[in-house]
Amino acid sequence: MREKSKTQITLIILVLTALGLFLANRYLDPYKIRIINLSGIYVTLGLSMNLINGMTGMFSLGHAGFMAIGAYTVGILTMPVTMKEMNFFMQPIVPFLANVEWGFLPALFAAGLIAAFFGILIGAPVLRLTDDYLAIATLGFAEIIRVVFTNTQSLTNGALGLKGIPNYTNIWWSWGVALVTVWFIWFLMKGTYGKAFLAIREDEIAARSMGINLFKHKVMSFAFGCFFAGVAGGLMAGMLGTIDPNMFRITLTFNILLIVVLGGLGQIGGTIISAVIVTVMMEALRFLDEAMDLGFVQIKGIPGMRMVVFSIILIIVVIIREKGLVRRPKGRELTYAKN
Amino acid sequence: MGDVSIFLQHMTNGVSLGSLYALIAIGYTMVYGILRLINFAHGDIFMLGVYLTYYGVTYTSLPWWLVFLLAPLLTGIIGILLERVAYKPLRGSARITILISAIGASFLLQNLGIVIFGGRPRAFPVPQMLNHVVRVGGVSINFVTFIIPAVTILLLLGLTYFTTKTKTGLAMRALSKDYETASLMGIDINRIISITFFMGSFLAAIGGILWGSRYPQLMPLMGSMPGLKSFIAAVVGGIGNITGAVIGGFILGLGEIMLVAFLPRLSGYRDAFAFVLLIIILLVKPSGLMGDKVTEKV
Repeated sequence: MREKSKTQITLIILVLTALGLFLANRYLDPYKIRIINLSGIYVTLGLSMNLINGMTGMFSLGHAGFMAIGAYTVGILTMPVTMKEMNFFMQPIVPFLANVEWGFLPALFAAGLIAAFFGILIGAPVLRLTDDYLAIATLGFAEIIRVVFTNTQSLTNGALGLKGIPNYTNIWWSWGVALVTVWFIWFLMKGTYGKAFLAIREDEIAARSMGINLFKHKVMSFAFGCFFAGVAGGLMAGMLGTIDPNMFRITLTFNILLIVVLGGLGQIGGTIISAVIVTVMMEALRFLDEAMDLGFVQIKGIPGMRMVVFSIILIIVVIIREKGLVRRPKGRELTYAKN
Repeated sequence: MGDVSIFLQHMTNGVSLGSLYALIAIGYTMVYGILRLINFAHGDIFMLGVYLTYYGVTYTSLPWWLVFLLAPLLTGIIGILLERVAYKPLRGSARITILISAIGASFLLQNLGIVIFGGRPRAFPVPQMLNHVVRVGGVSINFVTFIIPAVTILLLLGLTYFTTKTKTGLAMRALSKDYETASLMGIDINRIISITFFMGSFLAAIGGILWGSRYPQLMPLMGSMPGLKSFIAAVVGGIGNITGAVIGGFILGLGEIMLVAFLPRLSGYRDAFAFVLLIIILLVKPSGLMGDKVTEKV
């Protein structure tokens, strides 16, 4: 009975979402539609990071790097041949990519697969590190990817970036992918693999004693996370039309981390809601950076104020939700201080 | 002859850069030793130190040497405040939580920097005394390049004396060896942690002043890259170990300069060098060059 009503609620939410998106697509101006697109992309990003950080308990800060891989894959694969010639004026593009022009769906798949491939390549050696070391190693890899992309002129056009990527991303793509991600992660977490991920998060040693293959499950969770990060990066490229390596700095990872932390580590529903709220807030708080005219007095905009407010929110939320944040019983050994 | 002098020039540059990394790395390693926390905001504390010095020299009539002393003291106090606000409320909770708070603090400081100091780069007022070129043999080197390792060595000697001979230093080492037992022995943990943050931030600010004298361009985001690299230096040397942090700093500084000097084709990858080194070290010897071997207790 309860299962049935749950399914009904899910269906109702789905239909309402689709209806809402349809109406939004029809009646809202391009700027608002763009925010809705961005929300969808951030839902995918937040969930993919939550799979790695919240559900499997690994602390990865490499998301921006995998997004960069996805974004560049989509950018290079979907860009028309003539546009490529215009972009790569410093150095011609490598021959085997010069004449490809894929559709959006195969390009997105390729983006995810290549990101996942690099995820496995990178994850296999570093995932045996614990908390802090893993965080710094993945952060390092994201930086390396950015530096490499800045230097491979004939593959990524270096620091100039790519311009004129076809704008395939619309509401149906961004939210369609988001829904697929939600479904996939929900399905994954329901099954044996999900149980194993949670067991690893709760206690690695106990999980290993129960016969869970730590290496296999960690790499798997990391690869799935990277896949969706790559797809989301591809959607981002299709939405913006212009990408360059400096977009994919750690600030981007920080935004996603904010979503994950606000939504609750390991929470699917919370992540969806917080992704939408954070994206809308990011835009709504833009007034802090810009000049304001209150009629009688003019306030000069202060660039950076928006991020100040956001950092303060993050710290406060973390401190307030201190215990409830990671759903672990009290008195465990994963603490601030050494044991 | 020409080759030797060029090599010596690169050596001095490498040693001087390495000293700067070492000074910042000490702060990371001391905090990690006691709290097992990567203080992500440490690089931004370094940035604050440089800016405080800039404002002190430019907008007050104090002599520069006094500012060079006062600014690190002030930075040290900011370091204490940072710990009180962002880390102390979370003491005892999951490590990932505190790491997130540390990242938040780092972004807060960076963006406060943009808000308060402005995003426009500024020129560091290098004192005339430090800013002249000396010629040794066939090599011409900026005077400050010599000052940096000298100051670093002096500070290191002081720090070594402090940690090995004084009572506070003993308490610090006790805390990093065994947090709980040490706290049972009547050590005032809050005081020791505050002192640790003060010293780390103080050294970072001194590193910042020397950095500014060497590379006199200030930006609010200038702390993040040196901060990350110094953290890598601390990990390479064995985190928690002060000597290790210094050795790591020198390896990183020399390696980076030599990479650019002898493989100019790879100079674009300069920033990636540190991270590649980090990953190699983590895979080969995760405890670092000087670190203790950590065994997993069940």
